[in-house]
Amino acid sequence: MHKKTIAELGAGLRAGEFSSVELTHHFLQRIERLEGNLNSLVTVTPESALMAAEAADQQIKSGNADPLMGIPILQKDIFCTRGVKTSCGSRMLDNFISPYDATVTERLMQAGAVSLGKANMDEFAMGSSNETSYYGPVKNPWDTARVPGGSSGGSAAAVAARLAVAATGTDTGGSIRQPAALCGITGLKPTYGRVSRFGMIAFASSLDQAGPMTHSAEDAALMLQAMVGFDPKDSTSADEPVPDYIASLDDSLQGLRIGLPKEYFGEGLDPAVSDSVESAIEVYRQLGAEVMEISLPNTGLAVPTYYVVAPAECSSNLSRFDGVRFGCRCENPHDLEDLYKRSRGEGFGPEVKRRIMIGTYALSAGYYDAYYLKAQKTRHLISDDFRNAFEKVDVIMGPTTPTTAFGLGEKMDDPVTMYLNDIYTIATNLAGLPGISLPVAPVNGLPVGLQIIGNYFAEAKLLNVAHRFQRESEWHRQMPIGFD
Amino acid sequence: MSLDHSDVEKIAHLARMALDESQIDAYAKDLSNILGLVEALEVANTDHVEPMAHPLHMAQRLRQDQVTEKDHREENQSISPSVESGLYLVPQVIE
Repeated sequence: MHKKTIAELGAGLRAGEFSSVELTHHFLQRIERLEGNLNSLVTVTPESALMAAEAADQQIKSGNADPLMGIPILQKDIFCTRGVKTSCGSRMLDNFISPYDATVTERLMQAGAVSLGKANMDEFAMGSSNETSYYGPVKNPWDTARVPGGSSGGSAAAVAARLAVAATGTDTGGSIRQPAALCGITGLKPTYGRVSRFGMIAFASSLDQAGPMTHSAEDAALMLQAMVGFDPKDSTSADEPVPDYIASLDDSLQGLRIGLPKEYFGEGLDPAVSDSVESAIEVYRQLGAEVMEISLPNTGLAVPTYYVVAPAECSSNLSRFDGVRFGCRCENPHDLEDLYKRSRGEGFGPEVKRRIMIGTYALSAGYYDAYYLKAQKTRHLISDDFRNAFEKVDVIMGPTTPTTAFGLGEKMDDPVTMYLNDIYTIATNLAGLPGISLPVAPVNGLPVGLQIIGNYFAEAKLLNVAHRFQRESEWHRQMPIGFD
Repeated sequence: MSLDHSDVEKIAHLARMALDESQIDAYAKDLSNILGLVEALEVANTDHVEPMAHPLHMAQRLRQDQVTEKDHREENQSISPSVESGLYLVPQVIE
Protein backbone atom coordinates (compact mmCIF):
# COMPACT_ATOMS: atom_id res chain seq x y z
CA MET A 1 0.00 0.00 0.00
CA HIS A 2 2.90 2.34 0.76
CA LYS A 3 4.00 2.34 -2.90
CA LYS A 4 0.80 4.03 -3.97
CA THR A 5 0.09 7.73 -4.38
CA ILE A 6 -2.69 9.70 -2.66
CA ALA A 7 -4.78 9.43 -5.79
CA GLU A 8 -4.35 5.63 -5.93
CA LEU A 9 -4.92 5.12 -2.19
CA GLY A 10 -8.00 7.32 -2.28
CA ALA A 11 -9.46 5.18 -5.07
CA GLY A 12 -8.68 2.02 -3.02
CA LEU A 13 -10.36 3.45 0.07
CA ARG A 14 -13.49 4.44 -1.81
CA ALA A 15 -13.67 1.06 -3.58
CA GLY A 16 -13.49 -0.66 -0.17
CA GLU A 17 -10.24 -2.53 -1.02
CA PHE A 18 -8.87 -1.50 2.38
CA SER A 19 -9.93 0.81 5.18
CA SER A 20 -8.23 3.93 6.48
CA VAL A 21 -7.63 2.10 9.77
CA GLU A 22 -5.76 -0.65 7.88
CA LEU A 23 -3.82 1.92 5.91
CA THR A 24 -2.93 3.86 9.06
CA HIS A 25 -1.79 0.67 10.82
CA HIS A 26 0.34 -0.17 7.80
CA PHE A 27 2.17 3.16 7.93
CA LEU A 28 2.48 3.12 11.74
CA GLN A 29 4.13 -0.30 11.45
CA ARG A 30 6.52 1.03 8.82
CA ILE A 31 7.37 3.93 11.13
CA GLU A 32 8.07 1.50 13.95
CA ARG A 33 10.27 -0.67 11.74
CA LEU A 34 12.15 1.94 9.71
CA GLU A 35 12.13 5.29 11.49
CA GLY A 36 15.09 4.34 13.71
CA ASN A 37 17.36 4.51 10.63
CA LEU A 38 16.24 8.02 9.70
CA ASN A 39 15.31 10.12 12.76
CA SER A 40 12.76 11.84 10.55
CA LEU A 41 10.05 12.22 13.20
CA VAL A 42 9.90 14.14 16.48
CA THR A 43 6.50 12.85 17.62
CA VAL A 44 4.33 9.94 16.51
CA THR A 45 0.62 10.08 17.44
CA PRO A 46 -0.78 6.55 16.87
CA GLU A 47 -3.90 6.92 19.04
CA SER A 48 -5.20 10.13 17.52
CA ALA A 49 -4.24 8.81 14.06
CA LEU A 50 -6.33 5.67 14.50
CA MET A 51 -9.26 7.70 15.85
CA ALA A 52 -9.08 9.99 12.82
CA ALA A 53 -8.85 6.94 10.55
CA GLU A 54 -11.98 5.41 12.12
CA ALA A 55 -13.87 8.64 11.62
CA ALA A 56 -12.66 8.79 8.01
CA ASP A 57 -13.84 5.21 7.40
CA GLN A 58 -17.32 6.22 8.61
CA GLN A 59 -17.28 9.21 6.25
CA ILE A 60 -16.17 7.07 3.30
CA LYS A 61 -18.90 4.51 4.06
CA SER A 62 -21.50 7.25 3.98
CA GLY A 63 -20.30 8.32 0.55
CA ASN A 64 -17.76 11.06 1.28
CA ALA A 65 -15.37 11.16 -1.70
CA ASP A 66 -13.02 13.94 -0.58
CA PRO A 67 -9.61 13.04 -2.05
CA LEU A 68 -7.67 13.26 1.25
CA MET A 69 -10.29 11.43 3.34
CA GLY A 70 -8.47 8.73 5.33
CA ILE A 71 -5.01 9.45 3.83
CA PRO A 72 -2.08 9.22 6.33
CA ILE A 73 0.22 12.26 6.28
CA LEU A 74 2.82 13.97 8.47
CA GLN A 75 3.02 17.56 9.65
CA LYS A 76 6.32 19.39 9.76
CA ASP A 77 6.85 20.22 13.44
CA ILE A 78 6.58 23.95 12.67
CA PHE A 79 2.77 23.74 12.38
CA CYS A 80 0.89 24.15 15.63
CA THR A 81 -1.16 21.06 16.47
CA ARG A 82 -3.55 21.38 19.38
CA GLY A 83 -2.69 19.12 22.30
CA VAL A 84 0.45 17.80 20.58
CA LYS A 85 4.04 18.90 21.13
CA THR A 86 5.07 21.50 18.53
CA SER A 87 8.84 21.84 18.95
CA CYS A 88 9.97 23.59 15.75
CA GLY A 89 13.10 21.43 16.16
CA SER A 90 14.20 23.51 19.14
CA ARG A 91 14.96 22.96 22.79
CA MET A 92 13.16 26.29 23.27
CA LEU A 93 9.84 24.58 22.46
CA ASP A 94 10.65 21.05 23.63
CA ASN A 95 7.91 21.40 26.28
CA PHE A 96 5.45 23.35 24.11
CA ILE A 97 2.07 21.65 23.76
CA SER A 98 0.24 23.93 21.37
CA PRO A 99 -3.10 25.25 22.67
CA TYR A 100 -4.39 25.76 19.11
CA ASP A 101 -4.18 24.45 15.54
CA ALA A 102 -2.48 26.15 12.61
CA THR A 103 -4.86 26.94 9.74
CA VAL A 104 -2.98 24.38 7.60
CA THR A 105 -3.45 21.73 10.32
CA GLU A 106 -7.14 22.59 10.64
CA ARG A 107 -7.79 22.51 6.89
CA LEU A 108 -6.04 19.18 6.34
CA MET A 109 -7.94 17.65 9.27
CA GLN A 110 -11.22 18.98 7.87
CA ALA A 111 -10.32 17.40 4.53
CA GLY A 112 -10.07 14.06 6.33
CA ALA A 113 -6.27 13.59 6.27
CA VAL A 114 -4.96 11.38 9.10
CA SER A 115 -1.93 12.89 10.85
CA LEU A 116 0.58 10.22 11.93
CA GLY A 117 2.78 12.71 13.76
CA LYS A 118 5.27 15.54 13.49
CA ALA A 119 8.34 15.59 11.26
CA ASN A 120 11.84 16.59 12.34
CA MET A 121 13.28 19.81 10.91
CA ASP A 122 16.15 22.25 11.23
CA GLU A 123 15.77 24.36 14.37
CA PHE A 124 13.21 27.10 13.62
CA ALA A 125 13.61 26.11 9.94
CA MET A 126 17.12 27.57 9.85
CA GLY A 127 19.33 25.16 7.97
CA SER A 128 19.84 23.37 4.66
CA SER A 129 20.79 19.91 5.91
CA ASN A 130 18.50 19.15 8.86
CA GLU A 131 21.55 19.00 11.12
CA THR A 132 20.58 21.97 13.34
CA SER A 133 17.61 20.16 14.96
CA TYR A 134 17.67 19.79 18.76
CA TYR A 135 16.51 16.21 18.10
CA GLY A 136 19.54 15.32 16.03
CA PRO A 137 20.17 15.11 12.30
CA VAL A 138 17.79 13.40 9.87
CA LYS A 139 19.35 10.90 7.47
CA ASN A 140 18.71 10.58 3.78
CA PRO A 141 16.99 7.25 2.96
CA TRP A 142 18.95 7.02 -0.33
CA ASP A 143 22.21 6.95 1.65
CA THR A 144 22.00 7.24 5.42
CA ALA A 145 25.51 8.74 5.61
CA ARG A 146 24.15 11.77 3.75
CA VAL A 147 21.87 14.68 4.67
CA PRO A 148 18.25 14.85 3.47
CA GLY A 149 18.48 18.63 2.95
CA GLY A 150 16.57 21.12 5.02
CA SER A 151 14.85 22.64 6.66
CA SER A 152 11.91 20.29 5.85
CA GLY A 153 14.33 17.33 5.93
CA GLY A 154 12.19 15.13 8.18
CA SER A 155 9.17 15.56 5.91
CA ALA A 156 11.25 14.80 2.80
CA ALA A 157 13.03 11.74 4.24
CA ALA A 158 9.80 10.29 5.65
CA VAL A 159 7.90 10.67 2.39
CA ALA A 160 10.84 9.28 0.36
CA ALA A 161 10.98 6.26 2.72
CA ARG A 162 7.20 5.82 2.48
CA LEU A 163 6.59 6.39 6.20
CA ALA A 164 3.63 8.51 5.07
CA VAL A 165 2.07 9.24 1.71
CA ALA A 166 2.66 12.98 1.96
CA ALA A 167 3.82 15.66 4.37
CA THR A 168 3.61 19.38 4.87
CA GLY A 169 6.69 21.57 4.62
CA THR A 170 7.62 25.23 4.76
CA ASP A 171 9.97 27.13 2.49
CA THR A 172 11.71 30.39 3.43
CA GLY A 173 14.78 30.06 1.19
CA GLY A 174 14.35 26.62 -0.37
CA SER A 175 13.27 24.50 2.59
CA ILE A 176 10.64 22.51 0.64
CA ARG A 177 12.32 22.32 -2.77
CA GLN A 178 15.90 21.59 -1.68
CA PRO A 179 15.10 18.58 0.57
CA ALA A 180 12.53 17.36 -2.00
CA ALA A 181 15.34 17.39 -4.59
CA LEU A 182 17.87 15.63 -2.34
CA CYS A 183 15.34 12.95 -1.29
CA GLY A 184 13.78 12.35 -4.71
CA ILE A 185 10.25 13.59 -4.07
CA THR A 186 8.01 16.35 -5.40
CA GLY A 187 7.85 19.56 -3.35
CA LEU A 188 5.87 22.72 -4.09
CA LYS A 189 6.46 26.16 -2.60
CA PRO A 190 3.39 28.23 -3.46
CA THR A 191 3.25 31.99 -4.07
CA TYR A 192 3.84 34.05 -0.93
CA GLY A 193 0.45 34.50 0.75
CA ARG A 194 -1.23 31.57 -1.04
CA VAL A 195 -1.26 29.30 2.04
CA SER A 196 -2.06 30.75 5.47
CA ARG A 197 0.85 31.32 7.84
CA PHE A 198 -1.43 31.34 10.91
CA GLY A 199 -0.08 28.89 13.48
CA MET A 200 3.04 28.24 11.44
CA ILE A 201 5.89 29.28 13.70
CA ALA A 202 7.40 32.38 12.08
CA PHE A 203 11.00 32.58 10.88
CA ALA A 204 11.05 35.35 8.22
CA SER A 205 7.52 36.63 7.75
CA SER A 206 7.96 38.23 4.32
CA LEU A 207 9.39 34.96 2.92
CA ASP A 208 7.78 32.02 4.78
CA GLN A 209 5.33 29.89 2.83
CA ALA A 210 3.86 26.42 3.43
CA GLY A 211 3.40 23.75 0.80
CA PRO A 212 3.00 20.03 0.09
CA MET A 213 5.74 17.37 -0.15
CA THR A 214 4.53 14.32 -2.06
CA HIS A 215 5.44 11.59 -4.54
CA SER A 216 3.85 13.20 -7.55
CA ALA A 217 2.61 16.51 -8.88
CA GLU A 218 -0.90 15.07 -8.90
CA ASP A 219 -0.62 14.40 -5.15
CA ALA A 220 0.80 17.87 -4.61
CA ALA A 221 -2.27 19.27 -6.38
CA LEU A 222 -4.58 17.27 -4.09
CA MET A 223 -2.75 18.45 -0.96
CA LEU A 224 -2.49 22.06 -2.12
CA GLN A 225 -6.19 22.20 -2.90
CA ALA A 226 -6.94 21.42 0.75
CA MET A 227 -4.28 23.80 2.13
CA VAL A 228 -4.90 27.03 0.18
CA GLY A 229 -7.35 29.84 0.53
CA PHE A 230 -7.82 33.21 2.13
CA ASP A 231 -7.46 33.27 5.91
CA PRO A 232 -8.49 36.37 7.87
CA LYS A 233 -6.21 35.18 10.70
CA ASP A 234 -3.12 35.79 8.54
CA SER A 235 -2.64 39.49 7.78
CA THR A 236 -0.67 38.70 4.60
CA SER A 237 -2.98 35.97 3.30
CA ALA A 238 -3.75 36.55 -0.38
CA ASP A 239 -7.41 37.06 -1.20
CA GLU A 240 -7.14 35.53 -4.67
CA PRO A 241 -9.49 33.03 -6.35
CA VAL A 242 -8.47 29.37 -5.93
CA PRO A 243 -8.45 27.39 -9.19
CA ASP A 244 -9.10 23.66 -9.52
CA TYR A 245 -5.53 22.34 -9.48
CA ILE A 246 -6.54 18.88 -10.73
CA ALA A 247 -8.58 20.07 -13.72
CA SER A 248 -5.58 21.50 -15.59
CA LEU A 249 -3.01 18.76 -14.78
CA ASP A 250 -3.21 17.15 -18.21
CA ASP A 251 -3.26 20.35 -20.29
CA SER A 252 -1.05 20.25 -23.36
CA LEU A 253 2.41 21.84 -23.19
CA GLN A 254 2.43 22.60 -26.91
CA GLY A 255 3.98 26.04 -27.33
CA LEU A 256 4.92 26.39 -23.63
CA ARG A 257 7.81 28.87 -23.41
CA ILE A 258 10.52 27.61 -21.04
CA GLY A 259 13.33 29.95 -19.99
CA LEU A 260 16.68 28.58 -18.82
CA PRO A 261 18.54 31.23 -16.82
CA LYS A 262 22.18 31.09 -17.88
CA GLU A 263 23.15 32.06 -14.30
CA TYR A 264 21.65 28.75 -13.04
CA PHE A 265 23.89 26.64 -15.28
CA GLY A 266 27.23 28.29 -14.57
CA GLU A 267 30.13 27.73 -12.24
CA GLY A 268 29.40 25.68 -9.12
CA LEU A 269 26.86 23.39 -10.78
CA ASP A 270 27.93 19.73 -10.76
CA PRO A 271 28.19 18.73 -14.48
CA ALA A 272 26.38 15.43 -13.82
CA VAL A 273 23.46 17.30 -12.20
CA SER A 274 23.46 19.66 -15.16
CA ASP A 275 23.27 16.71 -17.62
CA SER A 276 20.38 15.20 -15.71
CA VAL A 277 18.46 18.50 -15.76
CA GLU A 278 19.24 18.95 -19.48
CA SER A 279 17.84 15.51 -20.28
CA ALA A 280 14.61 16.39 -18.45
CA ILE A 281 14.36 19.59 -20.48
CA GLU A 282 14.72 17.47 -23.62
CA VAL A 283 11.53 15.66 -22.58
CA TYR A 284 9.77 19.04 -22.54
CA ARG A 285 11.05 19.79 -26.04
CA GLN A 286 9.48 16.54 -27.18
CA LEU A 287 6.22 17.56 -25.51
CA GLY A 288 6.14 20.62 -27.75
CA ALA A 289 7.68 23.24 -25.50
CA GLU A 290 9.89 26.00 -26.81
CA VAL A 291 13.11 26.35 -24.82
CA MET A 292 15.17 29.55 -24.73
CA GLU A 293 18.04 30.97 -22.74
CA ILE A 294 17.22 33.88 -20.47
CA SER A 295 19.17 35.96 -17.97
CA LEU A 296 18.45 36.79 -14.34
CA PRO A 297 21.37 39.21 -14.03
CA ASN A 298 21.07 39.86 -10.30
CA THR A 299 21.19 36.17 -9.28
CA GLY A 300 24.52 36.75 -7.52
CA LEU A 301 22.82 39.16 -5.11
CA ALA A 302 20.20 36.67 -3.93
CA VAL A 303 22.12 34.81 -1.22
CA PRO A 304 23.66 38.00 0.28
CA THR A 305 20.27 39.76 0.20
CA TYR A 306 18.61 36.81 1.88
CA TYR A 307 21.21 36.72 4.67
CA VAL A 308 20.24 40.26 5.63
CA VAL A 309 16.46 40.10 5.16
CA ALA A 310 15.86 36.66 6.73
CA PRO A 311 18.04 37.17 9.85
CA ALA A 312 16.57 40.66 10.37
CA GLU A 313 13.04 39.27 10.35
CA CYS A 314 14.14 36.27 12.42
CA SER A 315 15.70 38.44 15.13
CA SER A 316 12.41 40.30 15.43
CA ASN A 317 10.16 37.20 15.29
CA LEU A 318 12.20 35.17 17.75
CA SER A 319 12.17 37.94 20.36
CA ARG A 320 8.85 36.42 21.49
CA PHE A 321 10.76 33.51 23.03
CA ASP A 322 11.62 35.13 26.36
CA GLY A 323 11.02 32.39 28.93
CA VAL A 324 7.95 34.14 30.37
CA ARG A 325 4.77 32.77 28.81
CA PHE A 326 5.77 29.43 27.26
CA GLY A 327 8.80 27.44 26.23
CA CYS A 328 12.19 27.02 27.84
CA ARG A 329 12.89 28.92 31.07
CA CYS A 330 16.23 28.92 32.90
CA GLU A 331 16.54 27.75 36.52
CA ASN A 332 16.55 30.35 39.34
CA PRO A 333 16.83 33.60 37.39
CA HIS A 334 18.15 36.37 39.68
CA ASP A 335 16.48 39.19 37.76
CA LEU A 336 14.38 39.73 34.62
CA GLU A 337 17.35 40.32 32.32
CA ASP A 338 18.99 37.14 33.57
CA LEU A 339 15.70 35.30 32.91
CA TYR A 340 15.62 36.53 29.29
CA LYS A 341 19.29 35.99 28.59
CA ARG A 342 19.77 32.55 30.05
CA SER A 343 16.41 31.20 28.81
CA ARG A 344 17.31 32.29 25.27
CA GLY A 345 20.94 31.21 25.63
CA GLU A 346 19.87 27.72 26.75
CA GLY A 347 16.85 27.38 24.45
CA PHE A 348 18.44 28.28 21.10
CA GLY A 349 21.10 26.30 19.24
CA PRO A 350 24.17 27.81 17.51
CA GLU A 351 22.68 28.42 14.04
CA VAL A 352 19.63 30.19 15.45
CA LYS A 353 21.92 32.29 17.65
CA ARG A 354 24.05 33.25 14.65
CA ARG A 355 21.03 34.39 12.69
CA ILE A 356 19.51 36.30 15.59
CA MET A 357 22.83 38.10 16.05
CA ILE A 358 23.26 38.91 12.34
CA GLY A 359 19.71 40.28 12.29
CA THR A 360 20.18 42.24 15.50
CA TYR A 361 23.37 43.74 14.12
CA ALA A 362 21.86 44.58 10.71
CA LEU A 363 18.94 46.38 12.37
CA SER A 364 20.98 48.19 15.02
CA ALA A 365 21.37 51.97 15.07
CA GLY A 366 23.89 53.17 12.50
CA TYR A 367 23.82 49.99 10.40
CA TYR A 368 20.20 49.87 9.23
CA ASP A 369 20.76 51.76 5.97
CA ALA A 370 23.91 49.87 5.02
CA TYR A 371 22.36 46.45 5.54
CA TYR A 372 18.59 46.22 5.79
CA LEU A 373 17.60 49.13 3.56
CA LYS A 374 20.25 48.14 1.00
CA ALA A 375 19.01 44.54 1.01
CA GLN A 376 15.41 45.66 0.51
CA LYS A 377 16.58 47.52 -2.59
CA THR A 378 18.59 44.60 -3.99
CA ARG A 379 15.54 42.45 -3.28
CA HIS A 380 13.66 44.72 -5.65
CA LEU A 381 16.31 44.23 -8.35
CA ILE A 382 16.05 40.44 -7.98
CA SER A 383 12.26 40.60 -8.18
CA ASP A 384 12.45 42.79 -11.31
CA ASP A 385 14.67 40.16 -13.00
CA PHE A 386 11.81 37.68 -12.74
CA ARG A 387 9.22 40.24 -13.80
CA ASN A 388 11.21 40.89 -16.98
CA ALA A 389 11.75 37.18 -17.60
CA PHE A 390 8.05 36.37 -17.35
CA GLU A 391 7.33 38.82 -20.16
CA LYS A 392 9.17 36.40 -22.46
CA VAL A 393 8.55 32.95 -20.96
CA ASP A 394 5.80 31.02 -19.16
CA VAL A 395 8.01 29.08 -16.75
CA ILE A 396 11.67 29.09 -15.73
CA MET A 397 13.57 25.82 -15.34
CA GLY A 398 16.89 24.84 -13.83
CA PRO A 399 18.47 22.64 -11.19
CA THR A 400 17.01 22.83 -7.66
CA THR A 401 20.44 22.34 -6.08
CA PRO A 402 24.01 22.57 -7.38
CA THR A 403 24.91 19.03 -6.20
CA THR A 404 23.28 15.83 -4.95
CA ALA A 405 23.02 15.18 -1.18
CA PHE A 406 26.28 15.80 0.68
CA GLY A 407 27.66 13.88 3.65
CA LEU A 408 26.43 14.38 7.22
CA GLY A 409 28.73 16.82 9.02
CA GLU A 410 30.47 17.86 5.79
CA LYS A 411 29.37 21.51 5.79
CA MET A 412 28.55 22.10 9.46
CA ASP A 413 31.81 23.90 10.24
CA ASP A 414 31.27 26.68 7.75
CA PRO A 415 27.89 28.44 7.72
CA VAL A 416 28.65 30.35 4.51
CA THR A 417 29.34 27.14 2.50
CA MET A 418 26.09 25.74 3.86
CA TYR A 419 24.18 28.89 2.81
CA LEU A 420 25.35 28.53 -0.79
CA ASN A 421 23.32 25.32 -1.13
CA ASP A 422 20.23 27.42 -1.60
CA ILE A 423 21.71 29.47 -4.41
CA TYR A 424 19.01 28.44 -6.95
CA THR A 425 16.03 28.50 -4.62
CA ILE A 426 16.47 31.68 -2.54
CA ALA A 427 15.66 34.26 -5.25
CA THR A 428 12.19 32.75 -5.67
CA ASN A 429 11.39 33.45 -2.02
CA LEU A 430 12.73 36.99 -2.22
CA ALA A 431 10.45 37.63 -5.21
CA GLY A 432 7.53 35.73 -3.60
CA LEU A 433 7.11 33.43 -6.62
CA PRO A 434 5.97 29.79 -6.63
CA GLY A 435 8.43 26.99 -7.41
CA ILE A 436 8.31 23.21 -7.59
CA SER A 437 11.04 20.57 -7.49
CA LEU A 438 10.52 17.16 -9.06
CA PRO A 439 12.82 14.15 -9.36
CA VAL A 440 14.73 13.63 -12.63
CA ALA A 441 17.45 11.07 -13.51
CA PRO A 442 19.61 10.32 -10.45
CA VAL A 443 23.39 10.69 -10.36
CA ASN A 444 25.34 7.80 -8.79
CA GLY A 445 22.15 6.53 -7.18
CA LEU A 446 21.34 9.89 -5.57
CA PRO A 447 18.26 11.93 -6.48
CA VAL A 448 18.40 15.12 -8.55
CA GLY A 449 15.69 17.79 -8.64
CA LEU A 450 14.44 19.86 -11.56
CA GLN A 451 13.14 23.21 -10.37
CA ILE A 452 10.31 24.95 -12.20
CA ILE A 453 9.52 28.54 -11.25
CA GLY A 454 6.25 30.16 -12.26
CA ASN A 455 4.67 33.58 -12.21
CA TYR A 456 2.63 34.80 -9.22
CA PHE A 457 -0.29 32.45 -8.41
CA ALA A 458 0.64 30.14 -11.31
CA GLU A 459 0.62 27.00 -9.12
CA ALA A 460 -1.83 25.28 -11.49
CA LYS A 461 0.58 25.84 -14.38
CA LEU A 462 3.56 24.50 -12.37
CA LEU A 463 1.60 21.39 -11.36
CA ASN A 464 0.49 20.87 -14.97
CA VAL A 465 4.07 21.20 -16.28
CA ALA A 466 5.41 18.85 -13.58
CA HIS A 467 2.61 16.30 -14.07
CA ARG A 468 3.16 16.09 -17.82
CA PHE A 469 6.80 15.18 -17.17
CA GLN A 470 5.76 12.55 -14.64
CA ARG A 471 3.43 11.00 -17.22
CA GLU A 472 6.53 10.44 -19.37
CA SER A 473 8.95 9.31 -16.64
CA GLU A 474 9.16 6.94 -13.69
CA TRP A 475 11.71 8.82 -11.56
CA HIS A 476 9.04 9.82 -9.04
CA ARG A 477 8.21 6.14 -8.51
CA GLN A 478 11.77 5.12 -7.57
CA MET A 479 12.23 3.91 -4.02
CA PRO A 480 15.34 3.89 -1.85
CA ILE A 481 16.79 0.40 -1.24
CA GLY A 482 15.98 -0.97 2.20
CA PHE A 483 12.66 0.89 2.44
CA ASP A 484 10.59 -1.38 0.14
CA MET B 1 33.22 44.04 8.18
CA SER B 2 34.93 42.08 10.87
CA LEU B 3 33.50 41.63 14.35
CA ASP B 4 35.61 41.05 17.44
CA HIS B 5 34.95 39.56 20.86
CA SER B 6 33.46 42.74 22.34
CA ASP B 7 31.24 43.37 19.28
CA VAL B 8 29.71 39.93 19.72
CA GLU B 9 29.16 40.56 23.43
CA LYS B 10 27.41 43.84 22.59
CA ILE B 11 25.18 42.23 19.93
CA ALA B 12 24.33 39.30 22.23
CA HIS B 13 23.31 41.80 24.91
CA LEU B 14 21.07 43.66 22.43
CA ALA B 15 19.48 40.30 21.56
CA ARG B 16 19.17 39.45 25.30
CA MET B 17 20.94 36.16 24.71
CA ALA B 18 23.56 34.64 27.01
CA LEU B 19 26.54 33.13 25.17
CA ASP B 20 29.05 30.70 26.53
CA GLU B 21 32.25 32.76 27.03
CA SER B 22 34.32 30.01 25.39
CA GLN B 23 32.25 30.23 22.17
CA ILE B 24 32.32 33.99 21.62
CA ASP B 25 35.42 33.96 19.43
CA ALA B 26 33.95 31.24 17.22
CA TYR B 27 30.78 33.35 16.84
CA ALA B 28 32.94 36.39 15.99
CA LYS B 29 34.58 34.42 13.19
CA ASP B 30 31.30 32.98 11.83
CA LEU B 31 29.45 36.29 11.98
CA SER B 32 32.36 38.07 10.27
CA ASN B 33 32.29 35.48 7.48
CA ILE B 34 28.53 35.95 7.04
CA LEU B 35 28.98 39.73 6.91
CA GLY B 36 31.73 39.10 4.33
CA LEU B 37 29.18 37.26 2.19
CA VAL B 38 26.73 40.14 2.60
CA GLU B 39 29.34 42.70 1.51
CA ALA B 40 28.64 41.66 -2.10
CA LEU B 41 25.59 43.96 -1.89
CA GLU B 42 27.77 47.06 -1.71
CA VAL B 43 28.68 46.90 -5.41
CA ALA B 44 25.06 46.75 -6.56
CA ASN B 45 23.81 50.03 -7.95
CA THR B 46 20.57 50.76 -6.12
CA ASP B 47 20.22 54.45 -6.98
CA HIS B 48 16.54 55.22 -7.64
CA VAL B 49 15.50 51.70 -6.53
CA GLU B 50 12.60 51.56 -4.09
CA PRO B 51 13.03 49.26 -1.07
CA MET B 52 10.84 46.15 -1.31
CA ALA B 53 9.22 45.16 1.97
CA HIS B 54 6.58 42.77 0.70
CA PRO B 55 6.59 40.46 -2.32
CA LEU B 56 3.06 41.31 -3.41
CA HIS B 57 3.24 45.05 -2.67
CA MET B 58 0.15 44.53 -0.60
CA ALA B 59 -1.37 47.14 1.71
CA GLN B 60 -2.13 46.18 5.30
CA ARG B 61 -5.65 44.85 5.53
CA LEU B 62 -7.92 46.39 8.16
CA ARG B 63 -10.75 44.79 10.08
CA GLN B 64 -13.50 45.88 12.44
CA ASP B 65 -12.31 46.29 16.02
CA GLN B 66 -14.45 43.47 17.37
CA VAL B 67 -13.88 40.60 19.77
CA THR B 68 -13.68 37.47 17.62
CA GLU B 69 -12.01 35.04 20.04
CA LYS B 70 -13.34 33.63 23.27
CA ASP B 71 -11.20 33.80 26.41
CA HIS B 72 -8.31 31.33 26.15
CA ARG B 73 -6.44 32.44 29.26
CA GLU B 74 -6.55 29.10 31.03
CA GLU B 75 -5.41 27.07 28.02
CA ASN B 76 -2.67 29.54 27.24
CA GLN B 77 -1.42 29.71 30.80
CA SER B 78 -1.50 25.95 31.28
CA ILE B 79 1.78 25.73 29.35
CA SER B 80 3.49 28.64 31.09
CA PRO B 81 6.62 28.01 33.19
CA SER B 82 5.26 30.06 36.13
CA VAL B 83 1.74 31.38 36.75
CA GLU B 84 -0.23 32.45 39.81
CA SER B 85 -3.84 33.67 40.00
CA GLY B 86 -3.96 34.14 36.24
CA LEU B 87 -0.75 36.19 36.15
CA TYR B 88 2.63 35.30 34.62
CA LEU B 89 5.37 35.35 37.24
CA VAL B 90 8.82 36.84 36.63
CA PRO B 91 11.59 37.90 39.05
CA GLN B 92 10.73 41.09 40.93
CA VAL B 93 11.24 44.17 38.73
CA ILE B 94 10.27 47.02 41.08
CA GLU B 95 12.04 47.22 44.44
